[in-house]
Amino acid sequence: MTLLSVSGLSVRFGGLLAIEDLTFEVREGEVLSLIGPNGAGKTTAFNAITGYLAPSGGRIQFAGKALNGLKTHQVAALGLVRTFQKTSLFGGRSALDNVVIGLHTRAKQTPLAIMLGLPYVYREERALEEQAVAMLQFVGLERRRSEAANSLPYGEQRLLEVAIALAAKPKLLLLDEPVSGMNPSETASFMAKLADIRALGITVLLVEHDMKMVMGVSDRVVCLSQGRIIANGTPAEIQRDPEVIKAYLGEKYARAHA
Amino acid sequence: MKAAATLVILAVLATVPWWIGNPYLLHVLIVTGIFVIAAMSLNLLLGYAGQLSLGHVAFFGVGAYASALTSLGFSVHISPAMVWQVDAKPAWLAMLAGIVAAGLCGWFIGRIAFKIRGAYFVIVSISFAEVARLVATNWVELTQGPMALNNIPPLFGFYKKPENYWLVLAVAVIAFILIQRLVSSKAGRAMIALAENEALATSVGIDVTRYLVLATVVSAAMAGAAGALYAHYVRIVDPDVFLFLYTVTMVIMVITGGKGTLAGPVVGGLIFGLLPEGLRAAAIRPEAQWIVYGVLMVLVVYFLPQGIVPALRRQAK
Repeated sequence: MTLLSVSGLSVRFGGLLAIEDLTFEVREGEVLSLIGPNGAGKTTAFNAITGYLAPSGGRIQFAGKALNGLKTHQVAALGLVRTFQKTSLFGGRSALDNVVIGLHTRAKQTPLAIMLGLPYVYREERALEEQAVAMLQFVGLERRRSEAANSLPYGEQRLLEVAIALAAKPKLLLLDEPVSGMNPSETASFMAKLADIRALGITVLLVEHDMKMVMGVSDRVVCLSQGRIIANGTPAEIQRDPEVIKAYLGEKYARAHA
Repeated sequence: MKAAATLVILAVLATVPWWIGNPYLLHVLIVTGIFVIAAMSLNLLLGYAGQLSLGHVAFFGVGAYASALTSLGFSVHISPAMVWQVDAKPAWLAMLAGIVAAGLCGWFIGRIAFKIRGAYFVIVSISFAEVARLVATNWVELTQGPMALNNIPPLFGFYKKPENYWLVLAVAVIAFILIQRLVSSKAGRAMIALAENEALATSVGIDVTRYLVLATVVSAAMAGAAGALYAHYVRIVDPDVFLFLYTVTMVIMVITGGKGTLAGPVVGGLIFGLLPEGLRAAAIRPEAQWIVYGVLMVLVVYFLPQGIVPALRRQAK
């Protein structure tokens, strides 16, 4: 079943066409990777899908609902949650606070109830904290719960980002280069974590440059170059595709490979 | 332990009128208390939601004027044939009117802030305070302009200083509890998230505009309550309640005490509210008083950039 369908999406920055007529779909339960050389439009596609920038054309549908015109927080509330290419945390707050903030849409308390100090608010706060601890346990950061987010080592910061995103209860998780800058062992443990995320029934759309990871975790791969899809298939097919090789390595290598 | 400490502090504060005989000192404490409430309200916006409102005194002034006018009764010519006549209301009802009026102004500013952040928010808030001051000065029919509103009735018929002290203390405690509840809840976390990282906040489904408006409304209403307390205590209100200096005083209280902490504005407010009086007593010449005040402020900001309360907390650890 299709969870996210993007059809004819284009994004224009002034005279520059960053994405042109992008059409692809993400099926429920799969891991789909979006790859392509720098500047191919991968992050732009993420931004357009999640409402950070308005597309100049095309349709985006998520679980049967049109996303066009929705604000980012509304998109997130539907279950489409992203992470960022550049590490993005609530830096000064503790790891636990970061995840509790991520639980925002799960909390039912209203401002009036909060100010009146109604008992259910306190009960809910305790429940939220327990859920946040469980999230930290899931990514393996529970012993860091009271440390400030920006004092964590890099690899753990990236895991905390994932915990924040998971707290927001995604149906579809969009990961923007989650392992960039990680060392091989950090990457390997992240790949294992991604399998756990899948096991929770969360669909994943991944943007990544680390080909070992992409080929290892993806069910399907879509390759973008200069704002257009040049290939779409299983990891094995993509690795053999002359267009993909050309986009990454140039004409000469593509011929040599063929 | 913490509950016991809170009780001791409250007991000390509540018994102040019995062991301070000097009525002038009590007066200084009352006015300082009113400013502490205003500083706490500013802290919600500046310390938690991360928006610098340099026109915060506008909410204070709107609260003061709205409350004073409602308690005195007023009439406004809407058109030559139409007059909006409001009879004098009890002071407590007038104070509620002041809180609501200030809250509405906060809603208005918060809605504008939907489009603007940072420096632009600062400019809008300053302009709003300046416009409010000009209206108060020039709309003589309603506000008496520079002639001021006189003979404002006190709240609950409290003419004596101790009664007013306890009233201010009670409002301060309520304001403190409201802010404490807000910041340790979903709403406060949303404000903190907005201040820390707006893009990430929206990505997890936080409607930042909604919580920014909530922060400005609550903050403005609280500043309005402080303004109403002020109007009914000093019993005279003139356009000087909109002076930029008062905003600066509130900002100093919040920054030196520690923005984004519950106790910060209380500690900063008490120190920088009472300091001028202490220095006046100690200083040989009046100029020295303000020079020392300025130097102390610079020293606090220089050596304790996070504020006094966070610094003490680090010491305790």
